[in-house]
Parts: sequence; structure tokens; C-alpha cells
Amino acid sequence: MRVALFIPCYVDQFYPQVGIASLQLLQKLGVQAHFPAQQTCCGQPLANSGCEREALPIYHHFVDTFQDYDYVVAPSGSCVYHVRKHFDKLEQTAPVQKVRAATYDLIDFITQVLDITELPGQFPHKVGLHLSCHGQRGLHQANESEMTPVRDGQLRRLLSSLDGIELTELDRNDECCGFGGTFCVSEEAISARMGQDRVQDHLRNGTTILTGGDMSCLMHLQGIVRRRQLPMKVLHAVEILNGTRF
Amino acid sequence: MTHSSRAATFVADADRTTWHDETLWFVRQKRDKAVYAVPEFQDLRELASQIKEHTLSRLDEYLQQFEAKAQRNGVHVHWAADAQEHNAIVLDIIRRHNATRVVKSKSMLTEECHLNPHLIGHGIEVIDTDLGERIIQLREEAPSHLVLPAIHLKKEDVGATFHLHLGTEKGNHDPQQLTEAARQHLRAKFLAAEVAISGVNFAVAETGGVVICTNEGNADLGVNLAQVHIASMGIEKLIPRLSDLGVFTRLLARSATGQPVTTYTSHYTKPAEGREMHIVIVDNGRTQQLGRPDFRASLKCIRCGACMNTCPVYRRSGGHSYDFTVPGPIGAILSPNIDLKKHSSLPFASTLCGSCTDVCPVKIDIHVQLYKWRQVLTEAGEIPAAKKWSLKFMGRFLASPKAFGIGGKVARTGLRLLPYQLTHAKAFNAWAVARELPEPPKQSFREWYARTVE
Ligand code: SF4
Repeated sequence: MRVALFIPCYVDQFYPQVGIASLQLLQKLGVQAHFPAQQTCCGQPLANSGCEREALPIYHHFVDTFQDYDYVVAPSGSCVYHVRKHFDKLEQTAPVQKVRAATYDLIDFITQVLDITELPGQFPHKVGLHLSCHGQRGLHQANESEMTPVRDGQLRRLLSSLDGIELTELDRNDECCGFGGTFCVSEEAISARMGQDRVQDHLRNGTTILTGGDMSCLMHLQGIVRRRQLPMKVLHAVEILNGTRF
Repeated sequence: MTHSSRAATFVADADRTTWHDETLWFVRQKRDKAVYAVPEFQDLRELASQIKEHTLSRLDEYLQQFEAKAQRNGVHVHWAADAQEHNAIVLDIIRRHNATRVVKSKSMLTEECHLNPHLIGHGIEVIDTDLGERIIQLREEAPSHLVLPAIHLKKEDVGATFHLHLGTEKGNHDPQQLTEAARQHLRAKFLAAEVAISGVNFAVAETGGVVICTNEGNADLGVNLAQVHIASMGIEKLIPRLSDLGVFTRLLARSATGQPVTTYTSHYTKPAEGREMHIVIVDNGRTQQLGRPDFRASLKCIRCGACMNTCPVYRRSGGHSYDFTVPGPIGAILSPNIDLKKHSSLPFASTLCGSCTDVCPVKIDIHVQLYKWRQVLTEAGEIPAAKKWSLKFMGRFLASPKAFGIGGKVARTGLRLLPYQLTHAKAFNAWAVARELPEPPKQSFREWYARTVE
């Protein structure tokens, strides 16, 4: 099984520890992932801003980079959603189809492809899980509150398998954090307010470690936590699952 | 003005924003409760979506069938290509009866056509009879929500408005007393009205009848007291058969307010003895939307307002920030069809979280259409030039591994070395107004990988 690691552009530059944890966790689970050095970005920031056409060269580059792998794994639901859903703009050649189908969010890869539902380890903290919309609603990683009252999801199950972990119950389980790519800048006021409300829900319900499967939402929430100097740490879920200790 | 600047004004009042957000979230929760209680809800949604899909695919036939049936029932049917024609037809009917007093029940279509100012300009008194509508009419504001037109106002605002216009006691904002004052005031208007105008929730092709759903019964009161009833409907309000109606009434009230059904679901098929009934069928841009394959599904909308209640952006920015008759997510996909330039910022007023799509009782792919409108707007040159060029540049940059590696390093180093006041200057870094930038690490992942693994 040839597995490539796709590290989203901002994770590469600002959160290398998330990439490292992804690689190490996969290794522990018996997967030797490779990081093709010529990779850049999936093109999502452009496409969501209306510049799908300008993003096409990035899509091509993505397909060229990853077409020889059986799986492309990324610690980011929204990039994976983008590749799967929006690469429909490319001519659907065999490599394009292959890459779209082979691209997995890390958590989905662990639970669906590797079929792992529990992980060893302990994490004796009060952890708040932020469900990211693209992962949750786009890739259906957890049930939407609009649909049924069932609230479980793959990531929640994985996290709860750790010893000593306590997961926060939120007032609004799956409300958007307000990041939204360039939305966070073009609609700065609303974006910030949404993030503040999200953080407040976690604070109110006792979260001390805020986590999730998508670093972009977490970057935005972390920005608010740090500005307000709140007693909360922000970690990507893979850091917790890989055994980061506090 | 863009959505973001109007939204910034609304959100600047933090307490009001909290209240607005919590009130609408409360409605959304009521909706959830009502929906979870119906095990077949998802099947109902699918069915409703298919019925609408089918109706839109042969709208011409159903419209003709509807017209023929309605005429056979003794109803006058009129066709209006746009808002202007609609208003002219309505005014003409009123004039032919030498009427000057009109009561209206809530209708977003007449709002869309700006009927009130048109009639008032011609010396007609038009009174909105839905409580919320009446409040905003007194304040000369537009509705800020499809179902809860005055949701942007607190009871204190209503108290002040009624004190000014209806002579209630200053400082009195007891909801019960205010409602009673409105009731007394409206009673006189109902009794005096010569013409009643209503909207239409559903028009049944098979019977030629129209169905109006209200919680206050004000449409019924108006229609039953006045000599003439004018019902204004958009062409998309049709459903084929009476037996289809139940699917929609079960979805509408649950999605809108969490009620099993609206308090009044009234059928109007023919005028009473000695009275007149008119139906004005309006296009006003709808066939144009029908002709846009990516956006035609927006015509399935039954105006329940659920997408607004669930939208995290709408809840914090208020309906007026959309500056369009239909606000919220659905408004953001209907409005560019009407005026691409004026409403060019609305499809960007979303994080594309998808909650609107999941909540929509007729399964409109709202967030997908928002995404598609963004592409259309860019192609049409309707996004700010600076944004377009910077994204173009970014496209080149992100397609080249070399440029990417170097550029990332430069950005990170810059962020580390430059003074905080500069990197977090609110004037040119919108991110930093309310958020800290991430702390730049010494090495990127790719640098670590190259050193450690390879
Ligand atoms: S788009 Fe859907 S959810 Fe929104 S108002 Fe229309 S029917 Fe309701």
C-alpha cells in the first residue's frame, strides 16, 4: 500500500508538528507514508473565493503529484472535501478519478481504511471537540444536528477510546466556527464573532484542550483563545492521538 | 455597500447580536425537536423535493391548468411579467372598485414588488395586518426575516414604536399589552377595508385554488371581510395536486417554527356570492432563474425561513445586512439573479458550512449554489479587483513547488522578525483585529521532513 501524506499549505508553514504527528501516528499503525516534496496546495482558498479557473493549474499539480499512490492522506477534512468534490472541474481522466477517490482525511483513513476504532494511550484532560463543517457535513464524519439527534462520529469515538479523556458536551454541538477561508478576512467582524461564540461555548462547558480534525478552524479559534488569553490549549486531534502529553 | 460592512454595523452592538442569535437558535432548536419526532422526515423532504423538481420541469403546463381551473371557479386570473406590471394590475383592480382602503396579509412577493409605496403613492391606504409586518410598516423598515419579519427588534423597540404611532403608554413594553393595542388598532382597519391582498403559499394546479398559511388568522379576517380579494403569487408556488399539499404543510410549519402545522391553513378556491377574487401570477425574474441550470433549484423554496434560523452568519448579521427582500442563505442565491452587481457580495456572506442545505425541507443545495455564484461573479468581473489579482498571483504561486517553498519561508521569517505592531496592525490585517496570528515555527514541515526523514 503506497500512502502519500498531503500536508495542507498552512499546516506545512505554521503547524509542522501536526504533519509530524500525522506521519508518526501512521507509522505506529503500520503505514509508511511518504511525503512527496513537490506538493503545494489543493487550490481550495482560490476556488472558494470564486477563482476556480485560476485554481485549475493547482488541481493539475495536485493530481500529477499524487497519481502514483494508492492513498493520499491529509490531516484536514476541508482539503479532502475540496479534492473529492470540486476536482469535478477537471477532465475526468483516469489519474484524476483515481486521485479523487484515493484522497482521505486522516481520521477517515484510520477508521475506514485501516478499520481501527480504538487507540491505546491516555489523555486525562477535559477535551472539547470542534466538528469542522467540511468534514462533518461534507464528508459526513459525524451526523448533522439538522438531520437526526445522533451526535457520534468517527473522531469522537477514537478520542473517547483514550484512557482518562473526558469529552465536553456543548450547547451547540456542530455550529460553524466562522473561519470559512477568505471569509475570515472579507467578513472579519462576523467571522470573529462566530469564533468568539464557539470558544465561549467550550469555555462554558469546561474544555481545557480544544481539538478537531481541521487545523484551519483550529487556527482561527486559537487566534481568539490567544488574543483573549483564555486558559485553553488548542491541538489538532492527531497530536492527541499520537500521544502528545501535558 | 457590501454585506460585510452592513454586517459589521449590526454585530458592533454585541448584546443585540447575542439576543438575535439566541432567539433564532431557539427557533432552530424547536424545529429540531419537531423534526426528530417525525421518523419519516427525510423521506418527506425527498418527496417534496421531487414534487417541486417535477413541477418546475413542466411549469408551463401546470400554470395553464391552474389558470383554466381558477377561471372555471369564477376567479379572475392576471399575468404579470415583472413587479411594475404586478403593481399596475393590483392598482387597477382597486381603482375599478373605487376603493381606497386595503388590508394586506404577509406576502414577500408584494414586498419584492414594492407594492406598498406604489399604492400609497396613488392615495390608497395599505395596512399590513400581520403583527410583525405592521410593526415594521410603522417604522418604515423592510422585513428582516421571511417568517419573523420584525425579529431584529426587541420588545422595547416595539413599545417605543407603538407609543409613537398607536399612543400606547411611554415605556410600556409588555408584549401582551402591546399585542392588545395592535389588535384594537387593526380591528378598525379590517372592518373598514374594501380590498384584501394576500400572498400565496401554495397554488394547486388540479383545483385552481390557493392555500395561505398564517398563525394569526389575519389573512382570513381580511379576505372574509372585504369585498375583493387579490392574491399575488410567484409562478413557482404551484404544486400539481391537492394530495401533494400534505407533504408541504407537514414540512413548512415544522421547518419554520417547530409547529406541527400552521394555526390556519386556508384554502381559497372561489369568491363568495357577490364578491370578487383575483389571482395575479408573477414572473419577475423567475423564468430567468429557471433557465440557469445551476440555480433553478432555488425556485423550489417554500419560504419557511429555516435556512435563516440555522445560518450562523445570518444570526449574527441580521436580515437587513442582506439588503434584499429575501435575506439569508436563500436570498443570497436568489438575489444575484435579479441584480448581479448590486448583490455581488451576498454569495460571499457564508462560510459554506452547509447547514442551510441540511435544514432545507425541499433539499435545495444552497451552499453549493453559493459556491457556484462565486464563480459566476468572478467571471463577470464582479469581485474586487485587488482580491482577484492577489488570488491570481496566489494561483501561480501555489502551482509551483519552488515558489511555494521560498515564499512560505519568507512569510514565516517576516512574521517572526517584524514587530508585533506591524504584523498585527488592524488597518491592513483584518485577521488581527480580533485574533492573534499563529506563532511561526522555525522550520516548516517540509524542511523538517527533508532533514529528518530523507
Ligand atoms: S431555501 Fe429551504 S430552508 Fe430556506 S426558506 Fe427556502 S425552503 Fe426554507
